[in-house]
Amino acid sequence: MPSLTIDGKRIEVAQGATVMDAARELGIFIPHFCYHKKLSIAANCRMCLVEVEKAPKPLPACATPVTEGMVVHTHSERAIKAQKGVMELLLINHPLDCPICDQGGECQLQDLAVGYGGSRSRYTEPKRVVRDKDLGPLIATEMTRCIHCSRCVRFGQEIAGLMELGMPGRGEHTEVMPYLERQVTSELSGNVIDLCPVGALTSKPFRYAARTWELARRPSVSPHDALGANLEVHVKDKRVYRVLPRENEAINECWLADRDRFAYQALNADSRLTRPMVRDEAGLWHEVDWPKALNQVTGALKVLIDAHGPGAVGFLASPHQTVEELHLLQKFARALGCENIDTRLDLTNPIATAGTPWLGMAIAEVEALDRILLVGATIRKEQPLLAQRLRKAVKSGAELHVVHAADDDLLCRVAQRLIAKPSGLVAALAQLAVALREAGQDLGPLALEGVIATEAARAMAQSLLTGSRKAVLLGAYAQQHPAAAELATLAQAIARATGASLGFLPAAANSVGAGVVGCRPGAGGLDAAGMFGQPRKVYVLLGCEPELEAADPVVARAALEAAELVVALTPFQDRASAYAHVMLPIAPFTETSGSFVNMEGRLQSFEAVVPPLGETRPAWKVLRVLGNLMGLAGFQHDTSREVLAEALPQGEADVRARLDNAVAPVAIRMLKPQEGLERLAETPIYQLDLLTRRAPALQATFDGEAAAACWAHGALIERLGLTVDKPVKVRQGDSETILKLMRDDRLLPEVVRVAAVHPLTSRLGPRFGGLSLEKM
Amino acid sequence: MSLLSSEALAQIDREIAKYPPEHKQSAVMSALRIAQVEKGWISPEVIEFVAQYLEMPPIAVYEVATFYNMYDLKPVGRHKITLCTNLPCQLQGAGEIAEHLKKRLGVDFGETTADGRFTLKEGECMGACGDGPLCLHNNHEMHVKLTPEQVDRLLDEMK
Repeated sequence: MPSLTIDGKRIEVAQGATVMDAARELGIFIPHFCYHKKLSIAANCRMCLVEVEKAPKPLPACATPVTEGMVVHTHSERAIKAQKGVMELLLINHPLDCPICDQGGECQLQDLAVGYGGSRSRYTEPKRVVRDKDLGPLIATEMTRCIHCSRCVRFGQEIAGLMELGMPGRGEHTEVMPYLERQVTSELSGNVIDLCPVGALTSKPFRYAARTWELARRPSVSPHDALGANLEVHVKDKRVYRVLPRENEAINECWLADRDRFAYQALNADSRLTRPMVRDEAGLWHEVDWPKALNQVTGALKVLIDAHGPGAVGFLASPHQTVEELHLLQKFARALGCENIDTRLDLTNPIATAGTPWLGMAIAEVEALDRILLVGATIRKEQPLLAQRLRKAVKSGAELHVVHAADDDLLCRVAQRLIAKPSGLVAALAQLAVALREAGQDLGPLALEGVIATEAARAMAQSLLTGSRKAVLLGAYAQQHPAAAELATLAQAIARATGASLGFLPAAANSVGAGVVGCRPGAGGLDAAGMFGQPRKVYVLLGCEPELEAADPVVARAALEAAELVVALTPFQDRASAYAHVMLPIAPFTETSGSFVNMEGRLQSFEAVVPPLGETRPAWKVLRVLGNLMGLAGFQHDTSREVLAEALPQGEADVRARLDNAVAPVAIRMLKPQEGLERLAETPIYQLDLLTRRAPALQATFDGEAAAACWAHGALIERLGLTVDKPVKVRQGDSETILKLMRDDRLLPEVVRVAAVHPLTSRLGPRFGGLSLEKM
Repeated sequence: MSLLSSEALAQIDREIAKYPPEHKQSAVMSALRIAQVEKGWISPEVIEFVAQYLEMPPIAVYEVATFYNMYDLKPVGRHKITLCTNLPCQLQGAGEIAEHLKKRLGVDFGETTADGRFTLKEGECMGACGDGPLCLHNNHEMHVKLTPEQVDRLLDEMK
């Protein structure tokens, strides 16, 4: 352990640490642009030059390893002179457009120029001008401002795993640009906005909207995927202006997925429901006050329950709602004697587990795994930042194996893969089980007759039998599969045989929370698929849109349209108005306090960052009042904290006590894939929840638009005589729709990817099934 | 069908074999050179082909191709003449040679004659300062101690 002295302070650092590391540990600030703690060392901005005694020239602190007895001066005359010299060079070509630059006020160059820049420039020649680039709907560019720190380039290479930006050219002709003017497609692309130390890359949706010093910063938690990324929400005049990451090494590190960063746009959408609304006999909507709307709901509920019994009601909630809301919803339902409660709208046959399914480990532990088996996970789109952790694991030597219905690019090395059409997924996973049995492992009483292990399955088995830290992870797609229980049974057997931990990747921000507070059907109750399969007279919808989200949206829509009463508690009026009878405006996550439980079982509470819009009220308050109006006991909470204390008196300890991934084994039946073309339907990354769906910038991205198309292998397109980029008729059962045809040769030739949860595909029917493509 | 001939691919494979298998990308400069010899210039198709062949992002190949000025990212004439105009050559009369070349060919640096025969380029030091002024013909052949008469002779030889 070498020790050194920086500005007179002595410190001992780890072997290989740099002067910058040592300075950071001592709390000494060394000016820098290209250095970033999460990225590789580039040492190309030279701003961090420091004086090192006995060294003939100033040295860059970020790239100078500490040696024993080194004496460093960061603020000596020589160091300052060197830093000022670098600053003068950097400013030669940097435009003086701070007044119209969005980075103004939060610009590292601006800040450091105050400390190190001259008060006037000695440079009289014309400045360099760089043609602007179009990076897509999320990132605004002003490339003349670029100082070539290469942080954005390194982020793509090292963190996002997709090098979309590069620095072609040499010397002063160097420009940061994408290849052939393509737009960036990474689901983590927005992070380059935070990384850019100047105003070259800024947020497009936030452009010219506010100055940084006008914004109040409020902590919050992302309501989208099950990671629970920590957010810093920037607000002004009771309005959310933008969302930035709040650093948390255990969860999102210093990153955010684009979904977490840009979905806020929906909070200010015109489609927000701001007053309670009821529909009259003629089908016209009227704005009413809260007492009238609530009385209408409770009056109708009483009449219908009296007539048909409490079992005639179905309670469906989004797993993106808070713990407090979900707790009160199930309490309300149970107090009425109804056990039809669920948040798992996307599941056909939910997997029976001993407790609430979860990741099975801490998020940060994922990057330390050395054997990983991913089953049915489109993980880059489901949990972008967890995919990033997996990439890190693979980079440090982990072997990643994939069993899935599509061979998507995970942007890292995949050791072995078993890719099968959706109906063949069980058979594919069974191959691995058979291979393990052949290798002498005990798989218990699993009957797997007729399954023959392929070479890939054997190699996968061999790999999984080595290594020490292992996990088998079931993705959202596996959980949505009609044979989910069979997949889970096999996954559990494989995990036990290989000594791996079995984990579930929950689909939503509060999927785990919904489970632990019992937002699940009780004895004799129906799950979500059951509530639509056996239509109810009354539906109470909390923040969900079953006509898109349900495993079979056609059946769900028919059930909603035939119901006598549909009460929609929702922040938006555009979709619910088609089938609801009463719409009650509830607060999205920014307008209410609440809590989410993420995939690792972490309970994260947050406060409202802005007041509710218009007459909107937090859903927990609405449910409390509904409970009182129905004459139910135990709805006297004054704060969301009281609700949380009732739901989880011991807090996170209660959560942990209710987590259990043990799967109730089932017989394996689906061992033969079906004939013909099959639909591969996933929840698209930018359709996950009500907010994401309504964020225009996300919809305009590559992923947003990809969900509106159908994707097929080139061989299939050729066989059917179809044309890429042209509309094609997609037929599933009795329904059909018209989608743009796109080519993806990573798909199997018997599979057509048609997204679920999309307005263009919701008329097609269930996520799983055969389909056909016809020429227009 | 491959973009490059099997001979070119064999040459590239030979370059790849010089590096450990996980460092295939180290052959990028050779691959671009071999592709340029065969195709005459480095088109976007060549970049994407090399990227795919070496399992690199296209932008990373493009970075290399734009960094070195001997790669031609636009079509060039049959004869590409790159004249060094750095200081040692300038001191030995490179300026005069440049003027002569421009006048003879009727093009400026970075331009190609209308008949597609010549491209004139400005180059950086080629490491033979003692023999300046000098130029490079089609990246491979160097002509030293140039005089206007010698330039005329050379141009006449280049059909």
